[in-house]
Parts: sequence; structure tokens; C-alpha cells
Amino acid sequence: MRIFDPHVHMTSRTTDDYEAMYAAGVRALVEPSFWLGQPRTSPASFFDYFDALLGWEPFRAAQYGIAHHCTVALNPKEANDPRCTPVLDALPRYLVKDSVVAVGEIGYDSMTPAEDTALAAQLQLAADHGLPALVHTPHRDKRAGLRRTVDVVRESNLSMERVLLDHLNETTVKHAIDSGCWLGFSIYPDTKMDEDRMVRILRTYGTEKVLVNSAADWGRSDPLKTRKVGDAMLAAGFTEDDVDQVLWRNPVSFYGLSGRLQLDVPKPESLHEGNSVLRSGE
Amino acid sequence: MTQTPPRTRADVDARLDDDIARAWLDEALAEAAGAAKALPTAPSPYTAHSWELCFAAAGRHCGEDNADAVRTLLLVEARPGLDTLTRLYQQGSAAERRAVLQALPALVDGPCAVHLVDDALRTNDTRLVSAAVGPYAAAHLGPHAWRHAVLKCLFTGVPLDAVADLAVRAAGDAELARMLIDYAAERSAAGRDIPHDLDRVLTLTGEKSQRPQEL
Ligand SMILES: [Zn+2]
Repeated sequence: MRIFDPHVHMTSRTTDDYEAMYAAGVRALVEPSFWLGQPRTSPASFFDYFDALLGWEPFRAAQYGIAHHCTVALNPKEANDPRCTPVLDALPRYLVKDSVVAVGEIGYDSMTPAEDTALAAQLQLAADHGLPALVHTPHRDKRAGLRRTVDVVRESNLSMERVLLDHLNETTVKHAIDSGCWLGFSIYPDTKMDEDRMVRILRTYGTEKVLVNSAADWGRSDPLKTRKVGDAMLAAGFTEDDVDQVLWRNPVSFYGLSGRLQLDVPKPESLHEGNSVLRSGE
Repeated sequence: MTQTPPRTRADVDARLDDDIARAWLDEALAEAAGAAKALPTAPSPYTAHSWELCFAAAGRHCGEDNADAVRTLLLVEARPGLDTLTRLYQQGSAAERRAVLQALPALVDGPCAVHLVDDALRTNDTRLVSAAVGPYAAAHLGPHAWRHAVLKCLFTGVPLDAVADLAVRAAGDAELARMLIDYAAERSAAGRDIPHDLDRVLTLTGEKSQRPQEL
């Protein structure tokens, strides 16, 4: 089973996770920029974070045979802090980088005027840079949030086929399908969405334009959830080809819209014991 | 200006996939040449001249394998000053930083860009470390920093073939020999083998006789 995790925050994970992900079949992933749990207070903190997504993190991933790409944006939560909003002005110089495959995560958190401004501005940046957009849908007031998100996307210069609506569930999937956007589902170890509910959604709505991710980060989460969905799909009677479509071909098609995916990474067997990630203390 | 870039235009052309990539490179090099002729202007922090956009986008237009060579060609053509080089490095992805490091011998006379080499040597990214220990470091890195760079290569598994002028700089360096012997002792104490490269560079110092018998 070849797996592309289209949304996982590896900065917050250990090398054990990389090793386990490779063993489970993960060969590529996208790390969206998001908030780090602790609020940032200056643009420079964002720049160091973006630099890590363009430098150290792809290097770590490559040590474990996984191709690493990222999305860059000012996330909706921190878009509300005027100390952070100058990040918007600096985004163009990051959006031209080879391994940036979308603008994201953008979207709504608390649906404030500041979030409206940041979302609209960043949808325009995506259109200007020939990039698709990864749009986070809010965890609170989800149904209303999804509707408002779709309205803003529809008014933007980015076409619906270049937008991935993420963190969907049973209550938002129908409206998301009708919008013409790509459909992202984050599978968590707790109640938000689990693999069996995911399988029921796939049975009802099919596998077209559906992406499944672990959204693993610094919170309670599991970077192997993609594999668990693949196994649950097979157990429920889906074919290997269905699984490949959801876990590999759909994310490749969506992020491939950027024209920047580079999926060949040497196998980790070619690495040797002296490598600098495996080695601590240097 | 003793150093030539690692690949010539003809070499790179031959490696490119198709005429679309070759045409892109033509245009990018012309932009870079234009920038070299333009009067220096103070760049605003976030807007870039279009050759700099080409510098960032080299991987997707020419393939990841050719990106280092293409970026180096662009740098040599554009002849950026130290301020621009520093900005390109600091605002670059790891791949762009590597290209800046590789172009230093062709672009900078004297030690004024050593801060970029120092920065790369502080990372644990072996792609940056190996690009940092090229001819520019051989010419301009001070003895202490150079010895630590050699040791860092051994620690992180960067082959010492990446270190330019290794034999010349190692010859007669008793302090480097001492550091190597201590490192070998530490490896032995941990029950780990001694990298072949360690033995090789120790021989190059000509101070091998210092090596304790039990190692
Ligand atoms: Zn996320």
C-alpha cells in the first residue's frame, strides 16, 4: 500500500514516527504550516518556522525515505493577532519555493473580520502564484463555517477545483461535494472522525476527489491513521485500486496542480549509520 | 576568481530533459546577465528581481537533480554582491543555500562571506555541511573552524572527499591529529568502529605516530 499523507505536522513528531510511517507505506507527505500550540508574537518566528519547512524537515523526511512538501500561509488563529499579520506581506517570497505545493492552512477559526481579510488575501495569493489552496474548516460551528468558507472561495479568483476543504465530516460533506472542491478528511484518535466513519462516508459518496489525512501534530493524534483507513477500506470490501486512489492518486492529483511535486526520494537502505538525524549529540 | 562553477552551460544543457527546460534556462540566464549590468539598487526586503524568482524555481523547471548546477550558473551570471548573496542565502530553501555555498569561490574574493559557511556548518543538514566545506572554506576558514568542520563531517557521515584541499590543509596539523585521536578513542570506548575517513585524514596530518597503540 503506497500512502501520501496530505496533511501532517511533522515538525511536532519524532524520528520514530517517520520510521513507523515508512514501514506503514507512507512515501510522501505534505506539511501545512499552522500554529504551534504556543502563540507566536512576531513575524520572525514564522520565518524561522517556514525555513524549517523548506530545509530541516525535508532533510529529516528524506532520511526515512519520505518525500516532504509543504504549504505556507498565515493560519486563521494567528491572523487575529496584529503582531503576526505582517507575515502576509512576506508570503510571496515563500510561495515561489520549489517544495511549496499550496497556500495553506487558510480558512476560519472563530470567523472574525481579521480572518475574512486573511482568507481573501491568501486565496488571491494562491491564484497569483499558480498554487492550489488547502482550506481548514473550523472545528467549532462547523456547518456555518463551511458554508461561509465556500462562499468566500466562490467569490475569489481561485477556481473551486483548486481548493481542498479539510477536516470535513458527515455534517459538512454534502455541501462540500456540491461546491466542486476537493474533499479532505482528518482521522483522529478521538471523536472528531474515525476510520470506520470514514469508510461509511466513502461508501455513501464514493472515492472521487477524497483525500484522507492524519493531521497529526503536537496534540493527541496518530500519524498512522492513513494506513488504518486503507486497512479498514479493504476490510469493508473496497479494492486495492480504490485504496490507491484515496491514499495516493488523489493527493498526487491535487498537489500536482502546483506543478511542483517531486516524488522520487532514495530508499532509506542507502543511508548509513553515520547519518546526522539518527545520531544524537551532534 | 580561480574557481570555475561546477558545471558549464553545455554540461547542464545536455542534462536537461527537453527544449522547454533549455528555453527556460536561456531566459533565466539572460535575466541574470541583465541584473549583473544593472546599477545596484537597494532591494526592498520582500520583492525580488525576476532572475531571483528563476533562482528559486530552478528545481521545478529543470529537475531537482539539475537544480544545484542551474542555480550556480545563474549566480555566476548575475554576479550578485555580498549583500544580495547573503539575502539569497538567508531567505533561501536548503537547496538554494547549497547553491550559494557552491558559488562562493567564483563570486567572492577574500573571507567576507565566511559567515555563510559558518551558518551552514552550524546546521545538521548534511547537504549543507558538504556544500560548506568546498574550496571557499579551504581558502578562508580559520584553523579552529576548519578542524571542527572536518570533525563534523566525520560525525554526520559526510564523506571527506567533500572537503576541498583536505591533504594540503591537514598536513602538519598536530591539533587536528589530536582531535581525531580523541574522537577515535571515544568511538572505541563506545564499542563502535572507527570510520575509514578518520584514519585517512589522520594519515594526511603526518602526525599519525601520536596515535595510541591500543587504537
Ligand atoms: Zn493541520
